[in-house]
Amino acid sequence: MAAVLLDRLLDAGAAPASQAAWLDDARREAREALVRDGLPGARSEAWKYTSLRALAQRAYARGDAGAAGRAVEASLVALPGVDGPRVVFVNGRFRADLSQLPATSGLTIAPLVDVLDDTGVHALLARRFDDASQAFARLNTALVDDGVLVRVAPDAQVDVPVHLVFAGVPADGDVAWQSRVLVELGESASLRLIESHVGTDGQAHLGNHVAQVAVRRGATLDLLQMQVAAEAGVLVRRSDVVLDEDARLNLRTLELGGQLVRHDLVVDLAGDRAQLESRGVFALHGRQHVDTHLDIRHLARDTRSDMVWRGVADARSRGVFHGAITVAPGADGTDASLANKNLLLSDQAEIDTQPLLVIHADEVKAAHGATVGQLDERALFYLRSRGLPESEARALLTLAFCRVAIDSLENPALRDHIDAVLLDHLPRDVAAPTAQDAPNRP
Amino acid sequence: MASMLKIDNLHVRVAGKDILKGLSLEVNPGEVHAIMGPNGAGKSTLGNVLAGRDGYEVVEGSVTFEGRDLLAREPEERAADGVFLAFQYPVEIPGVNNTYFLRAALNAQRKARGESELDSMQFLKKVREKLAVLHLKDELLHRAVNEGFSGGEKKRNEIFQMALLEPKLAILDETDSGLDIDALKMVADGVNAMRDPARAFLVITHYQRLLDYIVPDVVHVLADGRIVESGDKSLALKLEEHGYAWIAERKIAGAA
Ligand SMILES: Nc1ncnc2c1ncn2[C@@H]1O[C@H](COP(=O)(O)OP(=O)(O)OP(=O)(O)O)[C@@H](O)[C@H]1O
Ligand SMILES: [Mg+2]
Repeated sequence: MAAVLLDRLLDAGAAPASQAAWLDDARREAREALVRDGLPGARSEAWKYTSLRALAQRAYARGDAGAAGRAVEASLVALPGVDGPRVVFVNGRFRADLSQLPATSGLTIAPLVDVLDDTGVHALLARRFDDASQAFARLNTALVDDGVLVRVAPDAQVDVPVHLVFAGVPADGDVAWQSRVLVELGESASLRLIESHVGTDGQAHLGNHVAQVAVRRGATLDLLQMQVAAEAGVLVRRSDVVLDEDARLNLRTLELGGQLVRHDLVVDLAGDRAQLESRGVFALHGRQHVDTHLDIRHLARDTRSDMVWRGVADARSRGVFHGAITVAPGADGTDASLANKNLLLSDQAEIDTQPLLVIHADEVKAAHGATVGQLDERALFYLRSRGLPESEARALLTLAFCRVAIDSLENPALRDHIDAVLLDHLPRDVAAPTAQDAPNRP
Repeated sequence: MASMLKIDNLHVRVAGKDILKGLSLEVNPGEVHAIMGPNGAGKSTLGNVLAGRDGYEVVEGSVTFEGRDLLAREPEERAADGVFLAFQYPVEIPGVNNTYFLRAALNAQRKARGESELDSMQFLKKVREKLAVLHLKDELLHRAVNEGFSGGEKKRNEIFQMALLEPKLAILDETDSGLDIDALKMVADGVNAMRDPARAFLVITHYQRLLDYIVPDVVHVLADGRIVESGDKSLALKLEEHGYAWIAERKIAGAA
């Protein structure tokens, strides 16, 4: 099954031509590894809860030949309270006409095709994915022909948020696209970055996205990932982050859209005192299947990670959360914590959460917990006893549960927008308060 | 005069255990009834049953509120009808903003009654009026519902909600417990300011002190799931002096 899918995706024989020999080598190598190991099947531990079987029947075209001309609604790519450089991809294709790239001091934003002779780009793009479970990242390398580089010069504090938008819109049929983002923050630089995955209904594309992020010594990245892909969309993503000495990543992740979604979030705390703060939420309805894999690796001394994730599943949806923390030998003084709380709103919904802690170092502080539960009946009764209809009370409590992911966002317009989006994605059989009535946060 | 609340021979079972065992009580508009009684007697159970909490099985008896079968109504319908319970243990609800919650609740009630909803200006005006009476810090309004409130702040927040929602029947379940003397007076002031010929109160308390400030029309003793004694304010004083054993002894003496 998976073999059929892979053959189709690789579309044997039609290797895209590039202008760089090293890139052709990297592609060939990735393709060979992919052909050798295939796509992950039922026996792959990392994919055991997420089957690709449903994709085997789909006849994906490789990329959207008409992507350059597709109309895209402005509301799809805009975000309230976010008014800075914007980079828009439609069905995997960079769209200069929809993007805004004002010159900003210390900031470089460039389509990958324009920066192939850059050694930094070379190193990231040619990166090998050694594990067979990383098949989609290999696929991305094998086929990628579009993407963007975002680079902040050392010491530059970019004070406008950079917004990357990956939009799926209807094409002539279902398409599979590859997109790639490379982000590099120079030493002591800072940047706020937003990565949006959006889509209009009526399409069931397969997006395969790889983001590689390098945060150099003393730099700080605030990254907001908002996944609100189209209802029928399939999205496989890998976010690979490397934090050098004293580097810091503040990560907010929302997984709300899509039919079948897999997100591998890999963070290497590679330099001493590197810090990660991660807040995330997935809220699922219908028959959505969303699988989030956190792979947090403490590789240096006195590194810190602090992760709080919430999951909500309604109807017949299924959430998978795999949170792995590894403390490597020598990473003494590590402080790691991961808390994952989940809410099941229906008897037929399912959430599988597996925390995993592997420690090879000394003087490590590690905390780790996962729960799956229902809405607090006492709180529900309290709200109802004051007059709130049950459906509204449930929606309010569910929203409150999810808010942990966005509470610390400083942009009020953006926060309100995310509130509204969250409400919009709450269980459909629960009549949520209307979006414009979005509650203020405490 | 038609009574506002009529409880007749109410039997309630919780988790397979009989808690209320034939409780009868009638409350008229304008009256304040105090309910006293030992720990575990069933006072909070009564409040919860009246407010419509799940898990309380009514095995016998009836409750009518303004002539309507109260037990058949959902909790939010009872709220819109005008029933309010100030909880003995108010619930903390992280992530839900107090002001938003109160406005949503008030407007839901108004909508259910066919009244117009209040916009945020009208609502805030009302909030200011009520805050002033209770001397509550408006900082509490910007926090999550009861989250991190001190014990006393939670109780005062209950009274604040009552003031804002203006129910017809307010059941106060040990709202005085844990209050310092100044807070106790404020709560009493809040209640007294709302006393009205059309409104009734059911005040559950362990301490006669509260009744110095909120003077009841009737005092009941609830023991072992039923009302065993009713009287005027002086009953509370006697209880304070002699304890509940005194009632039991009197009953035995009376029976002999
Ligand atoms: N959910 C429950 N499961 C089991 N027993 C319960 C439950 N709720 C109440 N009870 C029992 O019912 C009895 C009455 O409880 P209730 O809370 O009504 O007492 P109370 O009169 O309010 O006491 P207090 O003065 O201590 O507040 C107690 O014995 C209590 O343990
Ligand atoms: Mg009680």
